[in-house]
Amino acid sequence: MQTITKNNQSAERPLGTGVKGTSVIKSEGTMEQNVFEINDLNLWYGNDQALYGIDMKVPQNKVTAIIGPSGCGKSTYLKTLNRMVEMVPTVKTSGSIKYKGEDIFSNKYGVEDLRTKVGMVFQKPNPFPKSIYDNVAYGPRVHGVKKKAVLDQVVEKSLKDAAIWDEVKDRLNENAFGLSGGQQQRICIARALAIEPDVILMDEPTSALDPISTLKVEELVQELKKKYSIIIVTHNMQQAARISDKTAFFLNGELIEFDDTDKLFSNPSDKRTEDYISGRFG
Amino acid sequence: MMVTREHFSEELANLKADIFELAETTKQAFMTAIDALYASDIKKAEQIIKEDVKIDKKEDEINDKVMILIAKQQPVATDLRRLIIAIKITTDLERMADHAKNIAKATQHLGEKHPLSIHPGIREMADVAFDMVDIAKKAFDLEDITFANKLSEMDDIVDRKYGELIRELLESTANNPDQIQYLMQMAYSARYIERFADHITNIGEEVFFLVKGRSYDLNE
Repeated sequence: MQTITKNNQSAERPLGTGVKGTSVIKSEGTMEQNVFEINDLNLWYGNDQALYGIDMKVPQNKVTAIIGPSGCGKSTYLKTLNRMVEMVPTVKTSGSIKYKGEDIFSNKYGVEDLRTKVGMVFQKPNPFPKSIYDNVAYGPRVHGVKKKAVLDQVVEKSLKDAAIWDEVKDRLNENAFGLSGGQQQRICIARALAIEPDVILMDEPTSALDPISTLKVEELVQELKKKYSIIIVTHNMQQAARISDKTAFFLNGELIEFDDTDKLFSNPSDKRTEDYISGRFG
Repeated sequence: MMVTREHFSEELANLKADIFELAETTKQAFMTAIDALYASDIKKAEQIIKEDVKIDKKEDEINDKVMILIAKQQPVATDLRRLIIAIKITTDLERMADHAKNIAKATQHLGEKHPLSIHPGIREMADVAFDMVDIAKKAFDLEDITFANKLSEMDDIVDRKYGELIRELLESTANNPDQIQYLMQMAYSARYIERFADHITNIGEEVFFLVKGRSYDLNE
């Protein structure tokens, strides 16, 4: 396994290169499997360091919430997990991120392969200017699925898994822009599900939604965790408390505390966590 | 930007003041009940029974305030525990006031001209219990488990005195069977003081829960 000292600049590397991964890692003393194991992850935008020595094991089939004030690095961290952060040209990292034991920066692992397994849903619903059907069928088509019968099946299954099938089944050929914000977001979730990922990253998925749509997405997340592992960045602490199994608190690019959600919201170990979740921080 | 939730902190301070007020009223009711018992003062006893309604009302007011604060402020961690224990302490104080009322009722049952002098052990138990109220107030105010621990030690003293007193009263019933009804009222009164002290000890446990985030049994 790659060993990199915290803030060791010599260990930096441009994204896209890395070492071969190790086998599937289970957390100590339990049978729980982890989808991601992050070790001493540092990240810089140019000369500005945004993440400092992050260590985290993200459990499989659980909801992991990431909370923290604006600018704490939580979205950067999320986007690192499917290498979307690479879109910023000045980014460099050190440390390792293993997805099911495999280093995601390994040459063996293509970015496309990673993003097939690690899907993402964004803050603002961003359906394509296409029909509902074509939105959901887009991913499978890019992956070479052409048969109408297969696509029909994938679209129906994905829309059902995203809990929106009943609302749209009679209007699959209508433009997705005609749907409400909450419905559009669930179409985006269905679109992410259509390529059968293992992990779904959600970056504040309900911040643009009204309370009812928010509740529908929250209920959906509870259903989705039976099949997928979810990592969700949220500004809404009550939401983190309601829907997640584990919560990570980030502050100024550091992971301050990562624990069971029940523990973190009832009796956090670090005073900075307590101050933040209680709404008292400087 | 520094965020302190001043309004919420102010509301919590007001809540604490309400609980202190209730604790003081309860303590006064209890002290008066003991005095009335020793003085066979039926009028004073009646007054305590009548005024217990005010304490019940105050308990409801505090519980309503806490409920509104939970709904509006959505507290977590220590703030949430602070509000949960506010409800529990208020319940304990209300039950303590009920025991003051029960002693007042015992005074009524004994009547103005009963043949007994009230055993000094009752006063001794009550004195320790009064001190316990002050210690509990300090523990709650300062959120200090040292004071909470002290309550456990003081409760042991009350329990020991209660045991001694009951043994003595039992012997008296054997020697003075015609006075059983009066001796029973005295034994009941001692029991009410012992229970009063248990509720104060609960307040110590609640302070433990606030500070440590897990439950403790100080009444063992």
